[in-house]
Amino acid sequence: MNLNATLVGQIAVFAVLAWFTMKFVWPPITRALDERAQKIQEGLAAADKAKADLSLAEKRAMDELRQARESAGDMRSAAERQATGLLDEARAEAARIVAAAREAAEKEAGVAMQHAKDSLREQVAVLAVVGAEKILRREINADNHKELLANLKQEL
Amino acid sequence: MATEHTQTASEYVVHHLTHLNTSGERQQVVVDWGIINLDSMFWSIVLGALAVFLLWRAASKATAGVPGRFQCAVEMLVEMVADQAKGIVHSEESRRLVAPLALTVFVWIFFMNAMDLLPVDLLPVIWENIYSAAGGDPHHAYQRVVPTADLNITLGMAIAVLLLCLFYNVKIKGVQGWMHELFNAPFGSHPLLWPVNFAMQMVEFLAKTVSLGMRLFGNMYAGELIFILIAMLGGTATMLGFVGHVIAGSVWAIFHILIITLQAFIFMMLTLVYIGQAHDSH
Repeated sequence: MNLNATLVGQIAVFAVLAWFTMKFVWPPITRALDERAQKIQEGLAAADKAKADLSLAEKRAMDELRQARESAGDMRSAAERQATGLLDEARAEAARIVAAAREAAEKEAGVAMQHAKDSLREQVAVLAVVGAEKILRREINADNHKELLANLKQEL
Repeated sequence: MATEHTQTASEYVVHHLTHLNTSGERQQVVVDWGIINLDSMFWSIVLGALAVFLLWRAASKATAGVPGRFQCAVEMLVEMVADQAKGIVHSEESRRLVAPLALTVFVWIFFMNAMDLLPVDLLPVIWENIYSAAGGDPHHAYQRVVPTADLNITLGMAIAVLLLCLFYNVKIKGVQGWMHELFNAPFGSHPLLWPVNFAMQMVEFLAKTVSLGMRLFGNMYAGELIFILIAMLGGTATMLGFVGHVIAGSVWAIFHILIITLQAFIFMMLTLVYIGQAHDSH
């Protein structure tokens, strides 16, 4: 427990060590700590921002999806309407064509019938004349009854 | 230890508690400014250099990125000291000096205290061999390896803290403000109280400094002495002494781990507290 100049020496050493720490140890470490704290803060802020962005993007995507769904529905109903219209039109067209065909066929049939009637009438007249000639050959001159026969033919 | 005759127990203890100083003999008077304890100075400087070197290595490689384990450990230490300093010294400018100083105090004192955990005879015997090999008398190969068990070292640091306190008193309050405080605090500004106040302030500074130095010295000196006594137990070269040495030595060393850390921490905290008080006006 003796005191001597060691005490003064220790004060000097203490001063040097404290100066060294103050100059070369403390600043780099606290700077690194502060920088890291800054980095972490920025990282956290970026994470928050990313989270907000994500929810915003999700919302936008949902909106787009809904819009797309809606427009798709519109499109489908329009297409359906158009299809029904086309179908109706086609159906009407077909009916018209069928009707026209029927009419034409009927007309043709009518003409053919008339034609057949006419030729039948001609043949009947000829047949009647032949028959009458045979009858009348015996008693009537054919030439005298020509006019009568023609009248008869007209009446058939 | 003696080579020709067996040492008595008291010779062994006294030999262990004698400093290697510039006079080459045990210091006889209580105060002699012409003598320097070479062993205390040597170990104090070596350990201080080691402490700041380790801190400097961590500092020079410090990155803001992911830190290594060593950097992490030093950062925890720095952060602990910085937090304490922030809570006690309310001046950003002063903290730039005081906080690194407190870190130095903590790490340095911890290292000096930790010398107590080395076997008490290890370094002294090595020194004895070197000394006698160099032609010296082994009886005078004194070596004390725990600098903080030397009152000069602890009181020197305490006085350094006192000087800092005085410096900050003047810096923060101005010469006039500090003088005013010296004579008007703590009892009052009545002229009759001036001498009392001044005396009280002087006692306060003295008590702070002496208790700061003495506390650390007392703890480490007592710790060292007990290690020496435990070593003497083993020195009896009996079975009982050997077992007792191992058990008592282990228990005391484990307990001492707490003491050396705690004393280093207390010295650091009180350094901060005293300097912090120098910033407060009464």
